Amino acid sequence: MKKLTGLMTTVAMATGLFANAAAAEDVRIALVVKALGIGFFEAAAKGAEEAAAELGDVEIIYTGPTDTTAEGQIEVINSLIAQNVDAIAVSANDTDALVPTLKKAMQRGITVISWDSGVAEDGRQAHLNPSSNALIGNMIVKLAADHLPDGGDVAVLSATTTSTNQNIWIEEMTKVLPNYPGINVVGTVYGDDLADKSYREAQGLMQSYPDLDAIIAPTSVGIVAAAQAVADAGKIGQVNVTGLGLPSEMAGAIESGASKSFAIWNPIDLGYSAAMIAYNLATDKATAEPGATIPMGRMGDLTLDETNSGAMADPFVYDSSNIEQFKSIF
Amino acid sequence: MTMVDHIKTRVIPDRLTTPTERILKSWEALLLLVAVGIFILNSFASPYFLNAWNLSDATFNFTEKAMIAFAMALLIIAGEIDLSVASIIALASTVMGLVMQAGFGTPVIVLAGLVTGLLCGVFNGVLVTRFNLPSIVVTIGTMSLFRGISYIVLGDGAFRGYPSEFAWFGQGYAFWVISVEMVIFALLAVIYGVVLHKTNFGRAVYAVGNNATAAMFSGIRVGRVKLTLFMLTGLMSGLAAVCLTSRLGSTRPSIASGMELEVVTMVVLGGVNILGGSGTIPGVVIAAFVMGLVTFGLGLLNVPGIVMSIFIGALLIGVIALPRLFARLKGRK
Repeated sequence: MKKLTGLMTTVAMATGLFANAAAAEDVRIALVVKALGIGFFEAAAKGAEEAAAELGDVEIIYTGPTDTTAEGQIEVINSLIAQNVDAIAVSANDTDALVPTLKKAMQRGITVISWDSGVAEDGRQAHLNPSSNALIGNMIVKLAADHLPDGGDVAVLSATTTSTNQNIWIEEMTKVLPNYPGINVVGTVYGDDLADKSYREAQGLMQSYPDLDAIIAPTSVGIVAAAQAVADAGKIGQVNVTGLGLPSEMAGAIESGASKSFAIWNPIDLGYSAAMIAYNLATDKATAEPGATIPMGRMGDLTLDETNSGAMADPFVYDSSNIEQFKSIF
Repeated sequence: MTMVDHIKTRVIPDRLTTPTERILKSWEALLLLVAVGIFILNSFASPYFLNAWNLSDATFNFTEKAMIAFAMALLIIAGEIDLSVASIIALASTVMGLVMQAGFGTPVIVLAGLVTGLLCGVFNGVLVTRFNLPSIVVTIGTMSLFRGISYIVLGDGAFRGYPSEFAWFGQGYAFWVISVEMVIFALLAVIYGVVLHKTNFGRAVYAVGNNATAAMFSGIRVGRVKLTLFMLTGLMSGLAAVCLTSRLGSTRPSIASGMELEVVTMVVLGGVNILGGSGTIPGVVIAAFVMGLVTFGLGLLNVPGIVMSIFIGALLIGVIALPRLFARLKGRK
């Protein structure tokens, strides 16, 4: 018995020493995601590991609940607080429910940022948006214009008339339209984010505007339906479908040529930037305050607005050159 | 006291083991051993485990679920089940949000949560007892119904801005590291333990679960016992809704989703027979600690949640299967 206790004490001391040594050396950044086992977040974790490798003295703890619940994330965050990690970077399942727990984390000296899906202002020090409305609005028209050097007619297939995000993006797109001479927006239709209605609306567009050159669908449902409608109408090569979509759903359209390119955030860059920001804040190399800039390694600098949030970059463009790599990720 | 002893010996005259022996061989002892084992393993596995504040944080993993588990234990012992508890939390929390938005203070908000829970319990109970419907079917129905109402009210929105005093229930501490929720948990454990093990009502619950027909012929109002238990389960879900809403500081219709299965797991792990008729409150208390310690301990080691679920599942099957296996091996000798 005595021997056993002795052995156990040694083991305990060894674990204790080991853990302490690791804690003293490494900046431990926890990347908390909505739920484990989602390709998008696995890719973000890959990006965070890339940042860790670049920084050297960083340990990434990639974690999250099994289901996308706020309660599950709180349990995870509580255990991270208990481990006294240096920083928590969270993509939140709930804007408000995480605030009390994250406040507790900040009180205990832990750096807290949110990324992708944000936390209310008093629950985090900074928030990283994958992109901004202005950048998205510009990108969707640029995608169409890039393949129309001589200009042409384009139409927009949106979600619903009341979809806040889509309406803002289309508004931003209209603002920058003068920068793309020759691009003529002939109309906007609404597929209500339903596959069948979007498909019919896309068919209608091609019938109403026989000279249509491109359909811009800033919705992941609409873009897939429009690509299908173009393929079924035998108009591949005449009408280019572009906008915002998911690589896994758009791989077929890229392959068939119905879509030459589309955009969405790049999860790898997002995880990389989140880790970089968390590191710089945790090591006091940057401070989170309105107007401040925080370096994000190869992704440049993040400039914080008055709500301490900032946009990472332009949406990332996916085409035949990289679709193979990303279609299995998300 | 002599009266009680007298009855006991008359009911089971052929008892061969002494009371101490019985306790040592009981489910609760086995479970306690598991709990102590997990505690020791955890303290060796992570240097952060043995810290009063960390252990206090860990109790939030199970206190709300355990509040419901006590009432659920009685309900399952009586041969019924309520799968709508997590949805009752959602509905109660939504009503609390509406009351808060109407400008009422903390006492009214809390009362609204408790009353909503109670009414949901009455609804379940009346459907089961008056219309003689199987409780598993009724509560699968109300599981969708109650949460559905929350979704209609809130959509993808949320209620926020609860008064700061309201935070006391889910974020407050009674003294030192002992949270308010922990105190509620402990009080309820005592109350439910006394009710189940020391009162006529408690005996009636066992009688109903073992043989409802025989219980009825013995003069027990089976329907009334069951209705009371559904109301208690509803009330406890309302209480859990108060604590959880207070802890989260906001209400969303997805609140507490999936919690019903964790509550049932806790009850079954506590040694309550899922078919009814047997089980104890101390067993459920220890099971609550076992589940809390396992999830927190594995969390400290950053074990992914899915592995934790596998671990809890294995624990459940192991703790249930092993005693039966031993009993069978013993029988063969």
